[in-house]
Amino acid sequence: MLIPHPLLGLRDAQEFTYLGDASLMSRPAPEAGEAAFCDYVFLRDNPAGVHRELWFHEQGDRSWLVVTRDTVTHEILGAELASDYARSSS
Amino acid sequence: MSRLSGGLIDRDTPLNFHFNGRSYQGYAGDTLASALIANGVRLVGRSFKYHRPRGIFTAGSEEPNALVTLREGARAEPNTRATMTELFDGLVARSQNHIGSLEHDLLAVNDLLSPFLAAGFYYKTFMWPRAFWEKLYEPAIRRAAGLGALSMEPDPDAYDKGFLHCDLLVIGGGAAGLAAALTAGRAGARVILADEDSRFGGRLLAESDTLNGAPAVDWVAAVCAELDQMPNVRLMSRTTVFGAYDHGIYGAVERVADHLPTPGACVRQTLWRITARRTVLAAGATERHIPFADNDRPGIMLAGAMRAYANRWAVSPVPAGDKVAIFTNGDDGHRTALDLIAKGVRVSHVIDTRTDAPRFGDYDLLSGATVTGSRGRKGLRAIRVAQDGRETWHIVGALAVAGGWNPNVHLASHHRGRPVWDESALAFLPHNPPMGMVPAGACVGKGGTAEALADGMRAACAALAELDFSAKPISLPEAQNASAAQAPYWHVPGTRRAWVDFQNDVTVKDIALAHKENMRSVEHLKRWTTLGMATDQGKTSNVSALAVMAEITGATIPETGTTIFRPPYTGVALSVLGGGDTGEHFRPKRLTPTHGWAKAQGAEFVEVGPWMRAQYFSRDGETHWRQSVDREVLAVRRDVGLCDVTTLGKIDVQGTDAGEFLNRVYANMMGTLKVGMVRYGLMLREDGHLFDDGTCARLAEDHYVVTSTTANAGAVYRNMEFARQCLWPDLDVQLISTTDAWAQIAVAGPKSRALLQRIVDGFDLSNEAFPFMACAELTICKGLRARLFRISFSGELAYEVAVPARYGQALMARLMEAGADLGVTPYGTEALGVLRTEKGHAAGAELNGQTTAQMLGLGRMVSAKKDSIGAIMSRREGLAQDRRRLVGLKSCTPEVQIPAGAHLFTKGATQSLKTDQGWVTSACYSPHVGGYIALGFVENGDRRMGEILTAANPLEGQSFEVEVTSAHFVDPEGGRLRD
Repeated sequence: MLIPHPLLGLRDAQEFTYLGDASLMSRPAPEAGEAAFCDYVFLRDNPAGVHRELWFHEQGDRSWLVVTRDTVTHEILGAELASDYARSSS
Repeated sequence: MSRLSGGLIDRDTPLNFHFNGRSYQGYAGDTLASALIANGVRLVGRSFKYHRPRGIFTAGSEEPNALVTLREGARAEPNTRATMTELFDGLVARSQNHIGSLEHDLLAVNDLLSPFLAAGFYYKTFMWPRAFWEKLYEPAIRRAAGLGALSMEPDPDAYDKGFLHCDLLVIGGGAAGLAAALTAGRAGARVILADEDSRFGGRLLAESDTLNGAPAVDWVAAVCAELDQMPNVRLMSRTTVFGAYDHGIYGAVERVADHLPTPGACVRQTLWRITARRTVLAAGATERHIPFADNDRPGIMLAGAMRAYANRWAVSPVPAGDKVAIFTNGDDGHRTALDLIAKGVRVSHVIDTRTDAPRFGDYDLLSGATVTGSRGRKGLRAIRVAQDGRETWHIVGALAVAGGWNPNVHLASHHRGRPVWDESALAFLPHNPPMGMVPAGACVGKGGTAEALADGMRAACAALAELDFSAKPISLPEAQNASAAQAPYWHVPGTRRAWVDFQNDVTVKDIALAHKENMRSVEHLKRWTTLGMATDQGKTSNVSALAVMAEITGATIPETGTTIFRPPYTGVALSVLGGGDTGEHFRPKRLTPTHGWAKAQGAEFVEVGPWMRAQYFSRDGETHWRQSVDREVLAVRRDVGLCDVTTLGKIDVQGTDAGEFLNRVYANMMGTLKVGMVRYGLMLREDGHLFDDGTCARLAEDHYVVTSTTANAGAVYRNMEFARQCLWPDLDVQLISTTDAWAQIAVAGPKSRALLQRIVDGFDLSNEAFPFMACAELTICKGLRARLFRISFSGELAYEVAVPARYGQALMARLMEAGADLGVTPYGTEALGVLRTEKGHAAGAELNGQTTAQMLGLGRMVSAKKDSIGAIMSRREGLAQDRRRLVGLKSCTPEVQIPAGAHLFTKGATQSLKTDQGWVTSACYSPHVGGYIALGFVENGDRRMGEILTAANPLEGQSFEVEVTSAHFVDPEGGRLRD
């Protein structure tokens, strides 16, 4: 697979470490309590289709990316820096 | 020799070769298959299950029968297709799968047992008793049913891997592929043209067609010469593109040296990873046969293959004078008759299943006729032909079978694009190919020479248009389209066995049986009968089998469906997939800065993740590793020792929010740490379990250096970056891994201060000026920039000194020199492990992902005053109530070792999961205690000091008595490290 890095262009997926669902960026506030953390830590959607997910450019510039990928076709619909994504969605 | 005129062989270059110990001669340009046929060798192997005599069936990579073991000794390679093996001088090949000679195979008895070996026989027959499987059934089956054997010697050849990029990858160098490559090459696109054959041309080499009124090979040669001149085009013959992967990435194997006796200075094969913006799949088509009774005899081959042998290799399937028959359901079979006649081969009959079969030349045509049987145990002697209800035997030496052509849709279906049935082409055509792939030519049913050329050009233009190249049509040579008219005719009914899949011995009867046993879906049919599951992946059989199944069920072929293909297209050797990364080169090694020094000191090394670390330093007279380790441990406790601890992960944390950031990633408070001090830190996973531990040193208000364990260095850094970028992007903090930038050496032992005092540049090391857990930036050895940390893993007065990595080795040497009179001793990872176990420090075995801070007795380190990763979840009831605690364990018989991993039980209790009291994590011999000790987690362990437990190792039937003690075997008050 090739991942369109927003700063570095198309990069081979082998340079990246995969983490999973980008919902991991939505860490609950500490006041949200144990149940909210249980959901956050253990529950993930596993869609057949468009999925936002986290990739770490470990063998590269060490950016975390939010990659939008179709899990059925592996088509990559977009990629952005996770820090940008986090700022814009908070 | 049954050579004909013409052909693409070099008669001036004769080549000698051996098959089954006999010597033969062929020519340059031959394959092993063509050379064997030329020498009249028809029997080349035995079938997988029934050990039926088999001959060469095809002229390409789809070959099911002619598998041989090529070469000898360590280079012997089983299951090599004779049809794909280019002849070289001195080639040696042997047939496979027989006991005794090929001609008199003792296992041919299997053929008589065939009623018991039908579809699914091993599911039904070898069920009981279960114990017989491993010892009796499996070895017997493996011996009787099979392919060639491995040499069991290491592969002596070199392999490589490489990466290529192009605008257009053209897969297949036949008419369509050449037209596509030429179109794209002239348009200036970066083109790769790959073909599995040793020369380009595809079927153009095998047919008698003319282009522009001249032999087709002339046009092929001119095109290849032009492409070869283009700097933007790469021609790759002997290269099989075996798989289509995501985003235009293709896997290919180039057989660099397989056509040579030995690779010499070359690699044998190269694995290419080709990234293509667009791809034209011009993979051609594979001919299918028509099953009839006893259709597997040597001498029966595909009609297109027979044509290829005659035209390309100038080989007749029969000795001069003998006759050849052709069995066909369409016009294509007639081409074989015409080409053979033109070459002077006698054609007995063309047997055409169609009642209105057209005639194309002067030969005996039997219309509405079928072949219903054959004779000739080790080679075809006669065929039985049915016409108008009458059956007649005809003496023939060979039979060509033409059942139509199956487009090579394989790569087009690698992304689950299921091919669709085309009723007019009587074939499955590509559907939903991978993104960026344009199939063309015979693989979309356009197999006529003229239409293939035009379609290849069209495909290239279409693909390049998407890339903004303005590809112009090229002038294509004048060509013909041979008639491809055919009638659907799939198999000749009969009572005797008619083979569908030759390599796995699957017959029409087996398919009927599968149907009877309700294995009717194509997926069930495939697995029950093993159809298409041999090394040829059913290239010549799958579609015929589907058609037979459709006929039995009364369904249409599209209703019956088809299986799809996965990579690889043809077998790929594991050696080339390894691409040379074997043995020492399997993965990169990381060497510590003092590696060379340690090696010179005679250190033994141990792999720690990717690192090579000194394990212990053997001295003269030491015959056992324990002697070295005990000596090193005692030297640290008595004098001073040195250990390279560079491998610990080091992360530099800077920014005005560095303290706040560390508060959030460490369970304990880091923001309050004073500048110039170090704090031990615990990191949790978000689920509340322990993740890693390390130290955190504050060098300035906005500057920390943290360490992780060696094993978790990558993961800790990744997690910290996750926290910084994904969770708290607004904190002003930056991270960088400096593991490789700083060499770090532990200086441990009561004389460590005295030793360091000799190398620092006037730095005050007194306990008052530089107490336990202090840190500083300083210079040593007259001006070398360094960092000093007063931390201790051993429990002794100890320091870690860091210098830029390039000075690590020199620092080690300087410390050794400066401390000679202090008894300075280098120690390795074994002694390091003993020292920390004696002190009760947790390491990997205690931080195994299932333990908590509480279990280490460090529950209070998880600060309740702040949020941090894992803090909330660590308070979950299940974790908070866990009463297992880290304790020390002493062997009650000091000289008896406690096995790590042993489970602990209350003395006298029955040993079961319910009564389990914990487990042993780390164990070693302690020279300090003078006996074997261990660390472990014990239920309520902190309240059971002095109790005798049983450590059980049920795997070995062992149990030992151990005493629960404090985990701190050395200096429990911690006075030594604070003095």
